[in-house]
Amino acid sequence: MTRGRQRLLATGLEVTVPILLLVIWAVASSASETYYFPPLTDILSTFADTWVFERVGSDVVPSLVRMGLGFGIAVVVAISTGLLLGLSPRARRAAAPIVEFLRAIPPPALLPFAILVIGVGNSMKVFIIAFVCIWPILLNTIDGVTGVDPTLRDTTRVYGINRRDRLWRVMLPAASPQVFAGMRTSLSLALILMVISEMVASTNGIGYFVLQSQRTFAIPEMWSGILLLGILGYTLNGVFVLIERRVLRWHRGARASALG
Amino acid sequence: MLKVEHLGKTYGEGDDAVEAIGDLDFEVRENEFVCIVGPSGCGKTTLLKCMSGLLTPTRGEIRLHDERIDGPPERMALVFQEYGRSLYPWMSVRQNVAFPLRRKRLDKQAASELVERAVESVGLTGFLDRYPWELSGGMQQRVAIARALAYQPVILLMDEPFASVDAQTRADLEDLILEVRRQYGVTVVFVTHDIDESVYLGDRIVVLTPAPTKVQETLDVDLPFPRDQLETKEQPEFARLRAHVYRSIKRKRTSAEPARAPEEQPATTRS
Repeated sequence: MTRGRQRLLATGLEVTVPILLLVIWAVASSASETYYFPPLTDILSTFADTWVFERVGSDVVPSLVRMGLGFGIAVVVAISTGLLLGLSPRARRAAAPIVEFLRAIPPPALLPFAILVIGVGNSMKVFIIAFVCIWPILLNTIDGVTGVDPTLRDTTRVYGINRRDRLWRVMLPAASPQVFAGMRTSLSLALILMVISEMVASTNGIGYFVLQSQRTFAIPEMWSGILLLGILGYTLNGVFVLIERRVLRWHRGARASALG
Repeated sequence: MLKVEHLGKTYGEGDDAVEAIGDLDFEVRENEFVCIVGPSGCGKTTLLKCMSGLLTPTRGEIRLHDERIDGPPERMALVFQEYGRSLYPWMSVRQNVAFPLRRKRLDKQAASELVERAVESVGLTGFLDRYPWELSGGMQQRVAIARALAYQPVILLMDEPFASVDAQTRADLEDLILEVRRQYGVTVVFVTHDIDESVYLGDRIVVLTPAPTKVQETLDVDLPFPRDQLETKEQPEFARLRAHVYRSIKRKRTSAEPARAPEEQPATTRS
């Protein structure tokens, strides 16, 4: 089989299998009388009524803003801290116990504290999301920086590259494959923590909507919210992978050529 | 212009101390092409790292233009053996060559002229916007050489730069380095374990002893320029020098101080 055909088959599978599953779900649930598992068609029509575009402004946007802010703050803080810790063995030693301790705390356990100190507003949710997203990016950045090839470091020293260029133009790009891996992990954490924080104390957001629907026995609505979260996570990851591929094009090229 | 004075380098301390360089003393003159050869494991790379300011010597010092080297000097460039790990894979050829020039604060025009001239002199003009990993090993090493040249060093250090390319590419690169050295009028210190290469390229050869390294002997290469892979290597003088260097490397240390190196390995020759 040629490469092109193999690829076509793979893509075909990727598309058909989910569709097939949806069809099976629709057929199996079409005559459903169970209260908790309404027919898929009901869920989909509720989905259309609810999310296109009735509650986009009131729930989806606030959720996405929280998630985006939290993730963004985490990226900035984690990368800059990671670069500094990566470059200084002493600082790394000093910070290691604190980092290991903080990242070991199960994030939802911080919710009561955050609500107490920051309140129930947006800042609390952004804080929780950022706090959780920092660790994978931070640890990966440190790993990436300490793993920079010694010859590359020597080259940079011999040519007298100044501190700023060394940091942003050598260390950061060299560490970027690991940084991106960390960001990908954090992105899914951001979604999870967004939902959790909105379920605990909120007056809007997708997480709030799902919980509220369940409490008011609006089961198709609840399902539509879960469906939306799945679609959201899938899409965000897809967009992220696209960006990663673009930014790390050199990395894939270099690896492919190293493998011959 | 470059003086190595009673240089010594010991790694570690106490019982674990390893004396890599015993006592090195030699000089590189203006515009000279000096080849440093020695048996493998004789501390050639350590010497080069001390020369480039990447390592601090334990004893003695190295002076460039009468200034003690205590960090990478501004007018010195270094070409590594591992070209693949010395080029920045996220930068194009042009960006790689231009990157060290940021330190010089040139205007854009002047910088890009330096880059283009250097890339042209290594014959890669058509590849300015390619990435290193899109090029063959020999071409990548050319990029590293172009980067060094664009930096306009007064002295160029090369650490076994052609050791990881195939024989034909290697011969091409040898001729290339002789040519760009003529064009740029740069002083070259070329470390190699290849005796033929040292005779073919050098104005002078410094032969090192096994660790703890000393200078075994220094000899002038009286072969005419331009050198040619066939003609030069056919000359009796080439054969004589080659044999001389080979014996010099294989010779045991003079009786005053017996060799302490665990395994003395002769350097390789190419046929």
